[in-house]
Amino acid sequence: MTRKQKRLSVIVAGLAFLAAAAGLTFYALGQKASYFYMPAELTTASLQPGQRIRLGGLVENGTVVRGNGATVAFSVTDTQKSVKVTYTGILPDLFREGQGVITEGAFGSDGVFVADSVLAKHDERYMPKEVADGLKAKGVWVESKSQ
Amino acid sequence: MVETGHFALVLAFALSLVQMLVPLVGARTGNQRLMAVGGPVTVTGFALTALSFVALTSAYAGSDFSVANVWENSHSLQPMIYKITGTWGNHEGSMLLWVLILTFFGALVAVFGNNLPATLKANVLAVQGMIGAAFFLFILTTSNPFTRLNPAPVEGRDLNPVLQDLGLAIHPPLLYLGYVGFSVCFSFSVAALIEGRIDASWARWVRPWTLVAWMFLTGGIAMGSYWAYYELGWGGFWFWDPVENASFMPWLAGTALLHSAIVMEKRSALKIWTLLLAILTFSLSLLGTFLVRSGVLTSVHAFATDPARGVFILCILTLFIGGSLALFALRASTLTAGGLFHPISREGALVLNNLFLTTATATVLVGTLYPLALEALTGGKISVGAPFFDLTFGPLMVPLLAIVPFGPLLAWKRGDVIAASQRLMAAFALALAAMLVTGLFIDGASVFAALGVGLAVWLVAGALTDLAVKSGVGSVAPAVMLRRFAGLPRSVFGTALAHLGLGLTLLGIVATLCFGTEKILTMRPGETVELSGHTLRFEGIFPQKGPNFTEDRARFRLIGADGNAYGEISSAKRFFQARQMATTESGIRTIGLSQLYLSLGDENNDGSVVVRLWWKPLVTLIWGGGLVMMAGAAMSLADRRLRVGAPARRRKPAAALASPT
Repeated sequence: MTRKQKRLSVIVAGLAFLAAAAGLTFYALGQKASYFYMPAELTTASLQPGQRIRLGGLVENGTVVRGNGATVAFSVTDTQKSVKVTYTGILPDLFREGQGVITEGAFGSDGVFVADSVLAKHDERYMPKEVADGLKAKGVWVESKSQ
Repeated sequence: MVETGHFALVLAFALSLVQMLVPLVGARTGNQRLMAVGGPVTVTGFALTALSFVALTSAYAGSDFSVANVWENSHSLQPMIYKITGTWGNHEGSMLLWVLILTFFGALVAVFGNNLPATLKANVLAVQGMIGAAFFLFILTTSNPFTRLNPAPVEGRDLNPVLQDLGLAIHPPLLYLGYVGFSVCFSFSVAALIEGRIDASWARWVRPWTLVAWMFLTGGIAMGSYWAYYELGWGGFWFWDPVENASFMPWLAGTALLHSAIVMEKRSALKIWTLLLAILTFSLSLLGTFLVRSGVLTSVHAFATDPARGVFILCILTLFIGGSLALFALRASTLTAGGLFHPISREGALVLNNLFLTTATATVLVGTLYPLALEALTGGKISVGAPFFDLTFGPLMVPLLAIVPFGPLLAWKRGDVIAASQRLMAAFALALAAMLVTGLFIDGASVFAALGVGLAVWLVAGALTDLAVKSGVGSVAPAVMLRRFAGLPRSVFGTALAHLGLGLTLLGIVATLCFGTEKILTMRPGETVELSGHTLRFEGIFPQKGPNFTEDRARFRLIGADGNAYGEISSAKRFFQARQMATTESGIRTIGLSQLYLSLGDENNDGSVVVRLWWKPLVTLIWGGGLVMMAGAAMSLADRRLRVGAPARRRKPAAALASPT
């Protein structure tokens, strides 16, 4: 092969790779990315049964029920609506009532959100960024001046 | 001392301005004296930065809370090791570590680069100076670690408890040595573009630097992974978290660079591509710094969010990536193209490697940036996690790993696939056997598990085959074979070790994901639990006191078949008073290459405790494989042929040394 043909074949092979990878990427972004919702947004969202989402909000005061084995039940609220969540496993150290969490999982047939992971990652204000943004947008939570 | 440190940092910034301008002008005008300024200025800049770093470290070691940074991130009761590592356990200090390493590498080039053409050396130091100037300015204007407090507080606010761990002493320095090590490759590339030519010494220099940076980055990522594994208590070793991806992308691109640099050095082909890869690799390092340091992501790495910092780093990012790529677009056509080769050849295999790795880097890039872009454009919030990467990154890696053993067995210029396949027959048979044994004899093994184990064995056996073939196993007498084996170039061992390490890591990942077991349960003292043949008895919870925390430590005993205890695992809930923050210390016991991992949950009202227990078979291989890869890189660096271009101990002309090898 001449230099030109060789270069062309490398470029064609490279483009084929990129096209395949791009196709996979778009498919995967459509199928596998999980969207973030706050409880009040769920009424307008059209969720497929079993679709994985991330549900964020505050752990509603007085709703945490332990003692059913390793399963914990609690409600996540954005102060307008609240959603019942169950989770089997170990809650993060920063999990507590009245503070922000992100749970990931899917709704069961009984309308209870079954989470397989609970995140309480936080900045200095004990609030996940998404939850803080969501609450700010609703005007519920005002940035504190202490920091 | 603190003011001295601040002053030294300002001086270092001023010197970096000299370093970026004077040698550049000297190289343009052919003025030897101006070019010669670069070396001493670079070394002095490093000394001043080191002085500044020592000043901050001593403020930390002496718990000088009149320094705001120390007050925010240290406590007088902390053990000395965490006082010192706390220096870079915060935004300001970690940026200071970043520039310290940058100036250190610049100084290395200045000191050992005497055999480089004068203009190339001057340009390289100038580009290093530009990067340095940008980051010094960033630190001095937005992230000054030397700000004083008046009056000085009596007690500090403590280092983030998650960071009070030996991992902080190892992970960030290794990772930065890797990230910033690629800056030298970047500077060499930009210098070559400024000059408009790539000569032989360019190729000889870029490969060892790539090896050094890659070695440290591999170690940094492996250490970070192990740290997250035992510290977070989730039992996972990789989460496809954007912050992890930020370090993984330069690693993937750097791996591609490592391979294309071989082609360039040996065959002087792929020059322009290698140059572009060097630019991209460091650009991805800068992107990583931006993602982690700007506060666009929430994670343990985002210490504080200050919009000014994010904008500043974004400007640096745009300037360097945009500038270098624009220069590339303008100048690449003036560079001469390299030699010809047949598609089926060592070069061809390495090109294929590069195609896979850069495409894989691109998928990780999309998965990492897409959620950020979507949020900025539409406000929609999505998370892209493991399912996405399993579907995109996975399919790209499988064929790449499958062809890895072929590469080293193909000849340069024109290779013979059939001959290579024949030599790999034994390795293939072994892989097939491992696959069948896994699939047929291990309960619950899926097709994926069998394929994964087979692929891992294929990589390991393929690496060993390479060594065996090159030392003539089966074709020469054992004595000759041993002599040949001992006489193989170190870089051949390096390649084999690195590929072997890759196989071990893969084996660890497959075994942990496919054959790991876990249990979540509540336990009361005295109760036992059984998992994958190991019986644990819960002894109870015992309160203890640490230097700056209190803890409730839950003790478990491993019970053998005879009823006697043969080991202990304990996990604790720690409470740090200064920050009013709780952490969980997971309990890990290594049994052979596998681990029993235990994490403690909350205590229920009836006195029982939630316990999560994992059996992780061969999990230590994941990081052990990383260590083997590092050893491979170190072995390659020790190769005689690289000593010619790399730190040259003998001041002889390079050509005279290169010819006998």
